Amino acid sequence: MLSFVLRRLASAVGTLFLSSVLVFLAVQALPGDVATQILGKDATPDAVAALRDQLGLDRPAWERYFDWIKGALHGDFGTSLVSGKGVGGEVAMYLGNSALIALVTVLFAVTGSLVLGILAGLYRDRWPDHLISTVSLIGMSVPEFVVATVLVLCFSVALPWFPAVVLYGPDASVGQLLPAVWLPALALAVVMAAYIVRMARTSVIDVMAGEYVTTARLKGLSTWRVVTRHALPSALLPTLHVIALNVAWLIGGVAVVENVFNYPGIGKLMLSSVQNRDLPIIQAIALVSAVVYVCCNLAADLGAMALNPRLRTRGRTR
Amino acid sequence: MTTLDTTPAAVAPGPRAATRAWRTLRSSRTATVGLAIVAVHVLIALLAPLLTSYDPIANDASHALLGPSADHWAGTDQYGRDVLARVLYGGRYALGVSVTATLVTVALGTVVGCAAALRGGWFDDVLGRILDAVLSIPSILALLVVVTALGTGPAVIVLAIAVSYVPQVARVVRGAALAVVPMDYVTAARARGESTWSILRREVLPNITDVVCVEFAMRASWVVLLISSLSFLGFGADPPTPDWGLMVAENRTAITVVPMASLAPIIALATLVVGLNLAADGLSKAWGVDRIREGL
Repeated sequence: MLSFVLRRLASAVGTLFLSSVLVFLAVQALPGDVATQILGKDATPDAVAALRDQLGLDRPAWERYFDWIKGALHGDFGTSLVSGKGVGGEVAMYLGNSALIALVTVLFAVTGSLVLGILAGLYRDRWPDHLISTVSLIGMSVPEFVVATVLVLCFSVALPWFPAVVLYGPDASVGQLLPAVWLPALALAVVMAAYIVRMARTSVIDVMAGEYVTTARLKGLSTWRVVTRHALPSALLPTLHVIALNVAWLIGGVAVVENVFNYPGIGKLMLSSVQNRDLPIIQAIALVSAVVYVCCNLAADLGAMALNPRLRTRGRTR
Repeated sequence: MTTLDTTPAAVAPGPRAATRAWRTLRSSRTATVGLAIVAVHVLIALLAPLLTSYDPIANDASHALLGPSADHWAGTDQYGRDVLARVLYGGRYALGVSVTATLVTVALGTVVGCAAALRGGWFDDVLGRILDAVLSIPSILALLVVVTALGTGPAVIVLAIAVSYVPQVARVVRGAALAVVPMDYVTAARARGESTWSILRREVLPNITDVVCVEFAMRASWVVLLISSLSFLGFGADPPTPDWGLMVAENRTAITVVPMASLAPIIALATLVVGLNLAADGLSKAWGVDRIREGL
């Protein structure tokens, strides 16, 4: 078991290393010279050469990669080409704001979808199942910006309960941002839950057809007990992976939703830095996303192992 | 359903595959409904000039922001353009780019996935690691970077989508191909000394057609969503191109004045993706491909 955990950790580190190389190479491959971009088109060749020297752009790519990764490991991602501030601090500030949305989204989506998925699974092919399945099909068929727009129409325009746009900058306090968190989180949760509901439903149906559930029923246990003690733990297991994948998807999803609400989070930073070609920030965001993705998958795999005795003892799994 | 051949025996291409597909279609109402919805969208996109007499990009300042009327069934937007005409023409961009992008992605992913399953060994390991690394970068970020670097042409968007979705397709196809590779006829083909490419094309591919078709329908729904999000953010279709994502972005601020200008493209977009999802669901159920289990 220990060897499995170690192997899994090693592969996670390997994946992270590879994706950092990919991110670095992709950003390097972007056309246009960074020094010319900073100084503008009218800069003298001397000034450009001086800045190139100062930024170390003339050194070989692998040397710059190792400098970048060494800095990144210490939390230093270089300086933003636009604001001139440290990238690490800036990304962390926006990321913190997004984490607020992400936390609420995951709470909403996971609890809501597990309850709905289990209900649909238990009432298979009856009206609650049809209703839940139809709604989740629609949920996965509309993009986030549509859900967000409809929510704004309902809960900011028709019923003025929540703000439609955030007027604060990235350094707003949690208290200032809190009223603005709910609508973006709900929009993301709807899309995210649609996938988890389907997964939870399928695994509940599988589990309820299992022999040990029949045995538990024959023992005379109530349906509630059968579901909570037997069906729920086994149904959770395959759902875990989908949840992990979805948490990783969140970082892309927030890009759209945050722009609808003008919420000062990582998605908004991503879009503005792509527009301004702020390469150090793009690199940092991509690396942070990769870390989040790899950690989520790692957590799902290790969690699945902890919950499933068969995986725990067999050792070699993928 | 009982007439379907579920054991992976070599399926001859041609009339048999066609009858098989036709039988599946008839047996699954979900797939029929889904494909019908998609077909209607394709027809509307192709026949748009016959269905409306309005030019989707002609401005008319004197008729801006009108509600639905006999002249303009879905009203007009802030530039006085007919909303219905823009919705009808809007499918052209969405369908054209999405179908091309999905075809390229699924074709590339299938080749990569099959190659990984056939070769195995270190090739499979290295490829798996690289695909994992690509997967760990959010597709919307990859898309934004490629588009800002190379411009917002349809060809660039197709390339960007291929980059971010090929790993996922490759992973699913590899899983399906691994079940075929140990079969005797693949071993026999290897013993005959056939090349990897010819084994892939003649032995493996015909036996995983169902997985690839389901993959296509499902990825198409994702690609449509992604492209519309891209347009919404201002990185996809260039104004004044009629495109659903772009229309929502343009008309969102006037949603209290002319709600139809935002709702009409939303309905068009949602029905297309529902159709694609229904097709994917129906086909996967009829063919016994476990779509939900294969990671979304």
